[in-house]
Amino acid sequence: MMSIILALVIGAGFGAVLDRVGASNPTYIGKMLNLTNLNLAKSIMLAIGTGSVLMFGGQMLGLVDVGHMSVKTAYFGVFLGGIMLGTGWALAGYCPGTGVVAAASGRKDALFFIAGGLFGAAAYMLTYPSWKASGFLDAVAGGKVTLGTVPGAKYDGLTTLPGDLVGLLLGAVFIVIAFALPERIIRPEPTVEPAE
Amino acid sequence: MPLNWKAGGFLLGLVFFLAVLLVKPIGVSTQFVILDGILGDVVNAELVTQTDEGYTSTNAYLAKSNGKYAKSVANPLNYSFVFVLAMALGGFVSMRLRGGMDAVERSVPALWRANFGNSQLLRYAATFLGGFIVLYGARLAGGCTSGHMMSGMMQTALSGYIFAAGAFAAAVPVSLMLFKKEA
Repeated sequence: MMSIILALVIGAGFGAVLDRVGASNPTYIGKMLNLTNLNLAKSIMLAIGTGSVLMFGGQMLGLVDVGHMSVKTAYFGVFLGGIMLGTGWALAGYCPGTGVVAAASGRKDALFFIAGGLFGAAAYMLTYPSWKASGFLDAVAGGKVTLGTVPGAKYDGLTTLPGDLVGLLLGAVFIVIAFALPERIIRPEPTVEPAE
Repeated sequence: MPLNWKAGGFLLGLVFFLAVLLVKPIGVSTQFVILDGILGDVVNAELVTQTDEGYTSTNAYLAKSNGKYAKSVANPLNYSFVFVLAMALGGFVSMRLRGGMDAVERSVPALWRANFGNSQLLRYAATFLGGFIVLYGARLAGGCTSGHMMSGMMQTALSGYIFAAGAFAAAVPVSLMLFKKEA
């Protein structure tokens, strides 16, 4: 029961914040990905940095349970799947979470995204045995690894560097990048004045 | 108008932190599989079945990892599934509180209109196709923007960096090709 209450509270908070940062608005996603407005990218970088600093800082102070970490396996399909997701994300302007939030906030095109997503997930469920057999899902570089070795974690480190310090430092780097990123990279085309 | 990036980014980071502090890192795309499983089990009751040790499925993907997904399909009132339903609730309330959006924007967002016009059919076809590719890719990768990119990089997971590299390597060029006109 407690876990359901936490799911309701944290889930609703996540949905509301995604709406407020503009992540469920395809126009903001598009402007970030075509590099004409990086404010959302700055938010995302700051979020990763903030989360990282709080989590690893909390672990070092003994306030955050290291056992709550959940690290996914690294394999070649992660990169390939990332390319597919990136392509669809740019086309639709939605990813799985923001698509759900957008549909709930009244966007009808997001309902079609969710429908397509259910078919896409079902297609993967049916083709999973061939991916499994292909070797694309075989772990690389140790599989479930963090960049450093986090004390007390059930995951190995890619390096023997202290993982909590690495996390704290990378978190700080993400925050610095968030502030350093310009608001836009691609400038609008200069409007050509017709010759007199 | 969205929150300014500093307030928004900090709040977003706080939510990701609270999730890992209280329960576990945030992830979303698995729940599309769980919903598919729930729908599939309605059509074909043999899809997910109970065993002595837990649950299994005639679908190899639902049956993997000792029927972890099959178990969630059989018990939809679990943390991860309710979490995604709650996200919808949060998005709905947040949009209500800031006054909703106009009818045109509800079907075809501004940047898409500026580049491809007002056709709802074209927009719906594009988002359907996009959704298919996104979720197929997310399941192949084992996670999406939330689970791999945000939660993963936050934990310094190697897989999160690999995923983000692939996602942006595709998303930026595709977006540059598609959206040349500004909204």
